[in-house]
Amino acid sequence: MKTKYTAVALVFLLAIFSPQRWLADAEAQDASPSASVAGVVKFDGTPPKPTRIDMAVDPNCKPGSPAVTEDIVAGANGSLENVVVFVADGLGDHTFQPPAQPAVLEQKGCLYRPHVVALQTNQKLNVVNSDSTTHNIHPSPANNRESNAIQPPGVPLELSFAREEIAIPVKCNVHPWMRGYIAVFKHPFFAVTGKDGTFELKGLPPGTYTITAWHGKLGTQSQKVTVSAGQSQKLDFAFKQ
Amino acid sequence: MRMMAHKTRVTVAFILFSALSSYAQESHVGSLVGSAKHGKALYQRYCIFCHGPQGDGNGESAPYLDPKPRDFTKATFKCRSTPSGDLPLDSDLYDTITRGVHASGMPSWRPLLRQERADLVAYIKTFSPRFREEPAVSPIQVPPEPPTSADSVKRGSQLFQSMNCGLCHGQEGRGNGPSAASLTDTRGYPIRPFDLTSGTKLKCGDSDTGIFRDLTTGLDGTPMPSFASALKPDQIWDLVHYIATLRAAAKAADGR
Repeated sequence: MKTKYTAVALVFLLAIFSPQRWLADAEAQDASPSASVAGVVKFDGTPPKPTRIDMAVDPNCKPGSPAVTEDIVAGANGSLENVVVFVADGLGDHTFQPPAQPAVLEQKGCLYRPHVVALQTNQKLNVVNSDSTTHNIHPSPANNRESNAIQPPGVPLELSFAREEIAIPVKCNVHPWMRGYIAVFKHPFFAVTGKDGTFELKGLPPGTYTITAWHGKLGTQSQKVTVSAGQSQKLDFAFKQ
Repeated sequence: MRMMAHKTRVTVAFILFSALSSYAQESHVGSLVGSAKHGKALYQRYCIFCHGPQGDGNGESAPYLDPKPRDFTKATFKCRSTPSGDLPLDSDLYDTITRGVHASGMPSWRPLLRQERADLVAYIKTFSPRFREEPAVSPIQVPPEPPTSADSVKRGSQLFQSMNCGLCHGQEGRGNGPSAASLTDTRGYPIRPFDLTSGTKLKCGDSDTGIFRDLTTGLDGTPMPSFASALKPDQIWDLVHYIATLRAAAKAADGR
């Protein structure tokens, strides 16, 4: 009786853990053509004029060109920078491993580069101080661990965040104008718009998704989209003040 | 027979579960074991007016206090012996209750029995799930203090400059640096950098070892960062020795 149960359990375990089965699954996933969602994020209307940042308190802050606030950065054709576009719903219970490649947040000219950095949960974030002055790097998460470390020039620093959070404000208390955001996702389907306002979410399994665009000052917007295998779906967002 | 075995298993599981959950309701400070149940009664008598019934720092007196009472639900504590962002040790909370927090509304609760203070620690920990979920942390190491010297003070003074301490604490340590006015705590309330020349006692213990610990751990929930990854222990002692000269000058001026 007991032997029979053990045998059944063994067969069952082998079925679950057999390497062939795993390989077959991986191949099947790779073989099925994935979908993508791409588009442009625009700013409707006249973007507010950025304000000059006075960095006189620290002569070691050398921004190169005169530094301005980055609350809303919009191009001449209305393209909106620093918007995080991501899959907010539709991935089910899939879990995703963090990439081995770390994300990078640089402090340069006493500003954060990029202004908004996005990464996966438990992915390493290399915080780099390229300035000749000392910063402190102080993320204020609502759903992750707070930390606050001083970082002199050239000293390496590594952070990571265990839980999804969009987005964690980060600041340097020593240089109070330094504000940025760290967006943390439990999956790899996110993008941050650059100067041209474009984004692309690649490698999506076919399905129906809620795609959300998030901006630090202008809020969030969501759209539902259904994509089939091999399809590239166009999707645009427009923010107003 | 089978039934008995099942009953035994259930009982064992129940005992284990109760043991685990009661462990989470306990505090351990030296040989003292504090109980959250007893701590609750003490909390409602002594602490509730400032820290509030939910432990969120919104007690009846909170609007009149600056700095604000601690919000225990976040489990973010200034005075710790653990690295930046980590939970405090039970003994850290016990020490804060015993010592009080200088330059704030938090008095010393030394008049309470040691057992009562340990009970309070156990109850305060029940306000945040972090104490049940996160593994225990090791405290930072404080190596023996090297003797102070003119060279050490000089190196400390240079570090005070290069670490940009002056941007908040002021070039003379008076708490009036150019970034001082912009500072807030993580709840958004304005917060003042410590005036190192005031002669006022430091919040987390007034000793060289205390300052070494503060510089290493940082004061969580405030703009004061941790220097653990940036400086070697010897350099932190140099800073401590320089800060001691700023503080000694204030005491001399006061004729103390």
